[in-house]
Amino acid sequence: MNIETKLQDGITVILMHGEIDGKTAPEAQEKLLPIVAAHKTVVMDMGNVTFMSSAGLRMMLLLYRHATAGNGKVALVGLSEQIQDTMTATGFLDFFVVSGNVQEAVASLKVS
Amino acid sequence: MDSRIDFYPTHEHSGYKLRPGKPYPFGASLVPGGINFSIFSRHATSCTLVLFEKHASKPLVEIPFPHSFRIGNVYSMVVFDLDCENIEYGYRMDGPNDPANGHRFDNSKILLDPYAKAIGGRDIWGKTPDWNEVFQYRGRLVFEDFDWEDDHALETPIEDLVIYEAHVRSFTRHPSSKVKFPGTYAALVEKIPYLKQLGINCIELMPVYEFDEFENSRPNPSTGEMLYNYWGYSTVGFFAPKSGYAATGKFGMQVDELKNMVKHLHKNGIEVMLDVVFNHTAEGNEKGPTISFRGVDNSTYYMLTPEGYYFNFSGCGNTLNCNNPIVRNMVLDCLRYWASEYHIDGFRFDLAAILGRDPRGAPLPNPPLLETLAFDPVLGKCKLIAEAWDAGGLNMLGSFPAYGRWAEWNGKFRDHVRKFLRGDKGMVGKMGQRVQGSPDLYDRNGRGPTASINFVTCHDGFTLYDLFSYNGKHNEVNCENNRDGSNDNFSWNCGHEGDSESSEVRWLRHKLVKNAAVLLIISQGVPMMLMGDEIGRTQKGNNNTYCHDSDLNWMDWSLVEKNTDLLRFFRNMIAFRRAHPVLRSPTHFQNRDYVGSGVADITWHGVQKWNADWSNESRILAFMLDGRHAKGGAAKDNTIYVAVNSYWESLSFSLPDPPSGKKWHLFANTGVEYPGDICIPGMEIPLQNQNDFLVGPRSAIILLAR
Repeated sequence: MNIETKLQDGITVILMHGEIDGKTAPEAQEKLLPIVAAHKTVVMDMGNVTFMSSAGLRMMLLLYRHATAGNGKVALVGLSEQIQDTMTATGFLDFFVVSGNVQEAVASLKVS
Repeated sequence: MDSRIDFYPTHEHSGYKLRPGKPYPFGASLVPGGINFSIFSRHATSCTLVLFEKHASKPLVEIPFPHSFRIGNVYSMVVFDLDCENIEYGYRMDGPNDPANGHRFDNSKILLDPYAKAIGGRDIWGKTPDWNEVFQYRGRLVFEDFDWEDDHALETPIEDLVIYEAHVRSFTRHPSSKVKFPGTYAALVEKIPYLKQLGINCIELMPVYEFDEFENSRPNPSTGEMLYNYWGYSTVGFFAPKSGYAATGKFGMQVDELKNMVKHLHKNGIEVMLDVVFNHTAEGNEKGPTISFRGVDNSTYYMLTPEGYYFNFSGCGNTLNCNNPIVRNMVLDCLRYWASEYHIDGFRFDLAAILGRDPRGAPLPNPPLLETLAFDPVLGKCKLIAEAWDAGGLNMLGSFPAYGRWAEWNGKFRDHVRKFLRGDKGMVGKMGQRVQGSPDLYDRNGRGPTASINFVTCHDGFTLYDLFSYNGKHNEVNCENNRDGSNDNFSWNCGHEGDSESSEVRWLRHKLVKNAAVLLIISQGVPMMLMGDEIGRTQKGNNNTYCHDSDLNWMDWSLVEKNTDLLRFFRNMIAFRRAHPVLRSPTHFQNRDYVGSGVADITWHGVQKWNADWSNESRILAFMLDGRHAKGGAAKDNTIYVAVNSYWESLSFSLPDPPSGKKWHLFANTGVEYPGDICIPGMEIPLQNQNDFLVGPRSAIILLAR
């Protein structure tokens, strides 16, 4: 699990790499929570996430809860088909804005 | 909080940090820093926790419960620092192997926790298991943190329900369903728009507790086709959802996927009822596998003969000892768990007469389990429905202990409607009871019509289309020499056994299917229909398809186009029921006028108005429901007249007068071809002739006064 951030049009974009599971989720959460706390609204680029376990989905939902507590939003881009299917079937996707690419995500977050 | 000293270990075994656990709740629960494992056994002499990494053949570690960790008959222990996503667990129990005294302990077996909330080992439907694996059904941990937002059990008044009995896999497995993950909870969500259009507001799912489709699986010797434990009436774990029904089962996310399905159904106004099988388990008799209960505490969990053999009131080898207080509490814990954790709206209890038997099998006058469930606070708004008979010959239809809560599958409704519709004589008086919600069965102890779950077909027996296409069952492909399945089908093949090219036969069958829909939907009580009956689903004459993972069970969605007349008829009938409170009385009719309308709540007619023919030779049923008596006079509704002619020739019915100032309008007439057979509710057509109506042979009409 590797995490980078960048700014695009004033919105924080978080680039995630690797697998998010029971082992890596706690560490990822520790890194991500301060970012979400500071910026509220973020785009998460999941293009390089290869697997997300149940614990990973819960970590994502926790980020969403923190973001919305600060009136922020979380947009997801680059979900693999498998992760998107898993998130749809389990209901986790219902909470997020999903966009085709980072540019679209940034634009949609700015509008709303 | 983390300064509490009981968040820290006190013991160690092979590098695993431990401390004494809490006896409650039973099962494996996440606690700060670790997992609390707790299991009951009265007769075990010692117990060992066996931990595996997910999917591993060999245990990670075996941790005997230290003597000091046992309280009473409960072994409990916290193990710290486990990756709860990657752990599977079981137990070994030591104790006497003394079948004559009811004990069958075997410490070579690794046992499934009766309270396991998820079970690995059958993650993907139909994937052949490796029977050499020592641990087949593997307890797993679950997160109990699903985000339900504002979801809540719907608590629809039971008289307003229209129940749709379905099998999760069968509903969407057929290629024609065009869903992304056929046969899954996720696919069922994709089909919610169909259910909404049909108008049902409750889906009753055949078993979704974890079962093994490979239990007793075998190839058909002549075709090679595999026969499975397909329906799933054989529970492995009562607290765990069937993983093979989840698109995400391979990732162990079946719990979330099923909850998400319930949440989406609720959002669309559809309740979820589970068919639960507490009468027996998948362990069978003394020749069956030791999975869990047999090795945990055989004499507690099963009803045993004085010689230590298994009573078989279920017809499946063993009988769960439901009125033992330990087992009773397990059933209660289980239902509370499903009601609270999964937001389930109600339960239908398979072979529920067993739940009224004592540990020796004798029927109890006041069965503690049934009473407990009826008065339980957590289950306080759940629907409780009994299949009020068992395979041991105990039939409690009409006499099931109800405590003001229990409803029953009304087998008499099924049989009488079938006989009446095929034209048997001597049925009209009985039908008079059935359409009123069977007061002959349920007008005692204040039960009322809502005690009657009305159905013409269910998973057991013919589909509705087959009911009018086959005189006898055709179960040869079950490979039991056509001995299995009921012989009392009361069916009629309309002159030709099986599929027919004849347009006359097809016309007659469709008409009879619609007549059945009329009687089912128009009757007081709670209608339940079988998945696919609305589109003429066939099982090719098989009336016991429990073992087929094939289009004998799968719903063929191309029938939506082919039998569009049936689908439209069902939709409009259901919409009509939901539009008219006079069809949904919570109390029995009194057969008198108690609101001063000048007519009784229900009145009986024949070919002559006000003159019903109850004689043995009669095959006609006609009645009028007075709209001013709707909901006991509390609701205003239209007056409705129904006439069913099960005679093989047309008959002219003289119509009773509608309430003054109103005129009769035609809503449905099954004697007319599509699309004239039924209207959209609210668009009923005024009758030119308000005095008489010619009802065709084997046809039904519904009139509305407006």
